[in-house]
This record gives sequence, C-alpha cells and structure tokens, in this order.
Amino acid sequence: MTFRLRIDPIGCDGHGLCAEVLPELIGLDDWGYPVVRRSDVPPHLERAARTAATMCPKLALSVRAPASPVELTPSRRAPRKPRGRDRVQP
Amino acid sequence: MTAVDLRPTAPTSGPPPSGRLPRLLPGTGGPGLDDHLRRWGPLDAPVGQDELERSGLRGRGGAGFPTAVKMAAVRAAAGRDRRRPVVVANATEGEPASAKDATLLTRNPHLVLDGIAATARSLGADRAVLCIADGSAGPAASAERALAERRGSDTVAVEVVRTPDRYLAGEESALVNWLTTRRAVPTLTPPRPADRGVDGRPTLVENVETLANLALLARFGAAWWRGLGTDEEPGSMLVTVTGGVERPGVYEVGLGFELAWLLSAAEAGPTAGVLVGGYFGTWLAPDQLAAAALSRASLARLGASPGCGVVAVVPSSGCPVAETARVAWWLAGESAGQCGPCVNGLPAIAGALVELVDGDPAGTAAARVRRWSEMVRGRGACKLPDGAVGLVLSALDTFGDHLEEHRRHGRCAANQGPPVLPLPLPRVGRFPAAA
Repeated sequence: MTFRLRIDPIGCDGHGLCAEVLPELIGLDDWGYPVVRRSDVPPHLERAARTAATMCPKLALSVRAPASPVELTPSRRAPRKPRGRDRVQP
Repeated sequence: MTAVDLRPTAPTSGPPPSGRLPRLLPGTGGPGLDDHLRRWGPLDAPVGQDELERSGLRGRGGAGFPTAVKMAAVRAAAGRDRRRPVVVANATEGEPASAKDATLLTRNPHLVLDGIAATARSLGADRAVLCIADGSAGPAASAERALAERRGSDTVAVEVVRTPDRYLAGEESALVNWLTTRRAVPTLTPPRPADRGVDGRPTLVENVETLANLALLARFGAAWWRGLGTDEEPGSMLVTVTGGVERPGVYEVGLGFELAWLLSAAEAGPTAGVLVGGYFGTWLAPDQLAAAALSRASLARLGASPGCGVVAVVPSSGCPVAETARVAWWLAGESAGQCGPCVNGLPAIAGALVELVDGDPAGTAAARVRRWSEMVRGRGACKLPDGAVGLVLSALDTFGDHLEEHRRHGRCAANQGPPVLPLPLPRVGRFPAAA
C-alpha cells in the first residue's frame, strides 16, 4: 500500500512546516506555499509524512491511500457521517 | 429546369430530419410553449442510461466530460446513500466572451426545461434548480415566462436561482456551494457534487446546452441524435463568435465543422490570431486556422480544445499578447482568494506578461511567466490557475515572433485599436494603471 500526500490548497495558509519536516517530498514556491514534488510516499518516509501532516497548523496536509477515502491523518473538514469501513484511526 | 416534387409533405408527427440545423436554436417560431410543442412534440420519456451511453454526448460547459459517466455516478451515489438526487442546470455563463447559454435560454427555454424534466425523471430527482447570473436579466425573464406556461405539467417544479456575476460562481463546486451555503466559491474536490452536492445530496450539475441535447435524446433516441457531427464526436455545438468579425453572434454547427467556414460565415477580416475555447482556451496563429475544425480531435492536434465554444478573433490591427495580458489580469482578479498559488501566482504572471507587452526592458519577463506558470499549475482547488496559465503560455508559444517585435520597438505597431476581447468593467483597484 503506497500512501499519497494531498494538500488542501484552500486550507493551506503557507506556514511551511511541512517543507521543514518533509523536504524530501515537499518544497516551497516563491511565495512560501508548499509544492508536492512527489505525491507517493516511499515506506521509509511514511513516519515523517505523518508527522508533517499532524504538525500542519491548518491540518491542510493529509496522507491517504490512493483513490480511497481512507486517511492516515485527521482531515480539517467536518467529519463525515460514519459509514463503517471508511474510517481508519491513525 | 428543376423537377417539382408533387408528393405530400412529410407528416408533422414524426421526428424531424436528424441532420438538419439548427437543432437547439429554432429557425422559425417563437420561444412559447405552443410553438415548441408544434416543433418537437410532447416529451414524457426519461433519458435512458443506455441511450445516453450510445449517444456519446459530452458536457457543453467547457470541460467536455462524458454526460453518461456523470449521470451514472449520480445514480450510483443516490442508490448507495438512499437519497434523492438534485439536478442543477448551469446557465451562469461567467465566461465574458460567451453568449450561447443566454441565447439558448432566450430563444428556446422550453427545450432546456424539457431536458431538466427528462433528467430529473430519469434520476428520480425531487429538486431541480436552474442557475442564472444576476446580470442576465433577459434570459432569466425568458426562463420564468416559460416556467409559468408549463406550471404544473412537470413532475419536479424547476426553481430559478440567481447567482453572483463572478467568473467562478459557475464552477461546479462553487455552484453547489452557493446553493447550499450561499458562498459562491469553489470547494475542495473530491467529494464531487455527484457524491455530495447540494445539501449533501448526490447532485448532477450540467450546462443548459447539454440539457437541451438531453431533451432531444429523450425524444428521438441516440441514433437520431448522432445524425449531426462526427462518429467520434456527435451532435451540434453552440459557438459564440466574437471580436473582429462583421457578424458576431451565436452559431450552431455540427461538431467537426471547419473553423475557416465559420470564420467566413461570421465575415472575419484579416486576423492576428484566434482564441478558441474561451478564456481558458488556446490561441491559434493565422496559419493554423485552415487545419482546424471544431472538434476535440482536430483541435487537440493544435494543442487546443473547443471548450465552451468561444471563437474570439483578434483582427490584424490588434495585438493578441496585449489582449492576453488584459484577460490574465481579469482572471487574476476573479480568483476566489482561497488558494495561495492562485492568489499570489496569477497577479505575478499577469504583471510579467504586461512587462512583455511593454517590450520587456529587464529581459527576464518571459522566463518569469514560464517559471511561475509551471509553478502554479495544478495547485488550485479549482481549475482557475490551470486555465489562466494555459491561456498565457499559449500566447507565448503562438506569438513568439510577434513578441520579438515588442522587444525591438518597446511595443508593437498593431496594438493601436480598442481592446477586442470582451471583459466586464474592471473593479476599482484591480486593473494596473496604464504604463
């Protein structure tokens, strides 16, 4: 299972912590907003990716399985109605 | 001498010839219900999913997404969630150069309402909304008149909802957001409107031209509907021709129609460049026009797409790069202000483009435009940044030789006339002062 990084560009305020924690995968643009260089997370960076997601002040970074609503990290969106198998705790 | 046909004319009951144009914009008769029923007959059938798949209909709002796929997604979500879906007819037409949706609603409102009704029946929807921009008073009045004529005859009563006069208000997720929360700004997708749309319900958002086509599809079937256009891209398309032409307006053509024919029908003069697909579109140089037809396949060979059906002609007295800079500034100002790459990137790109138009004294503007364009692409919640940089890069790629003239002379000799591409009046403080 390869997890993928996703930035919610609406939530993101460009704090830039993710690029500090995960420079291997995330850089900053000319205005300090994160650019995902590579969205699939190699296994050895999974822990750092989760840390980056947890540290984001806006919770705008998520680590999730491709094409699935399963998330490793909390989302800033209002929690959806629980639909059983959907939700996996970090 | 021509032979005289003495056979009786065809009975008025059967379907009209499938290859005849116009289809969506009636050539004769008024927009009233009686004329409409005389022209097309009544419609009680829903749009069948199989028939829709056989038709190959694609959305006419700009993205060209297959309608059957979208409809199937809404159907699946409605079954899964056990919730009745919502049908949203999109006539917001925020694209300043486009007039096709306004024209369709004004001249043929009942075909659009038929399409909404047939789609709602097919999906089991119990709510249908027709969204029209605040500024489109005429089309809205036409829709209201048509609704009053058919009051009670549709199973689902169509509500007309007015939307803010902003470019992004018609973006699919922004429209759903407006109908749910009264905030007309895009949201992060997924979840897509098909899965969680208006009030969290599965929602089909379709352009009104698409819905008018669905009304014909429900009446006469896919085989009839495919009687226009090409095998791969069937149907007709409403095209707004604007700019340096003697006869601007909305034309209905079969998909695959040659661009050169359309330009001669609109009496276009000598041109410096033609923008196809609207303000998310692509520039074609004069020497590319002969090879272009109005279909995805033909325009894809030139890196373009029919988009929302806008063909904007810049005459040889105009400067397509200066026109692009004006549009880029306007697009930057239409940002919802939500995503950093769009908020920061689009004004920066538009500013560098203005430097290029002014002859690029620093000599770095082209590189900055390209660098920032690549930087912001794909990083917005909606497609505004992608559309804007697509337009800007297309201008750079198509008019490289012309930009050389700007570099040599500080400006180009052509850019003397009034602006050609239509824009709403700029909001105060948004447009840079003239250099």
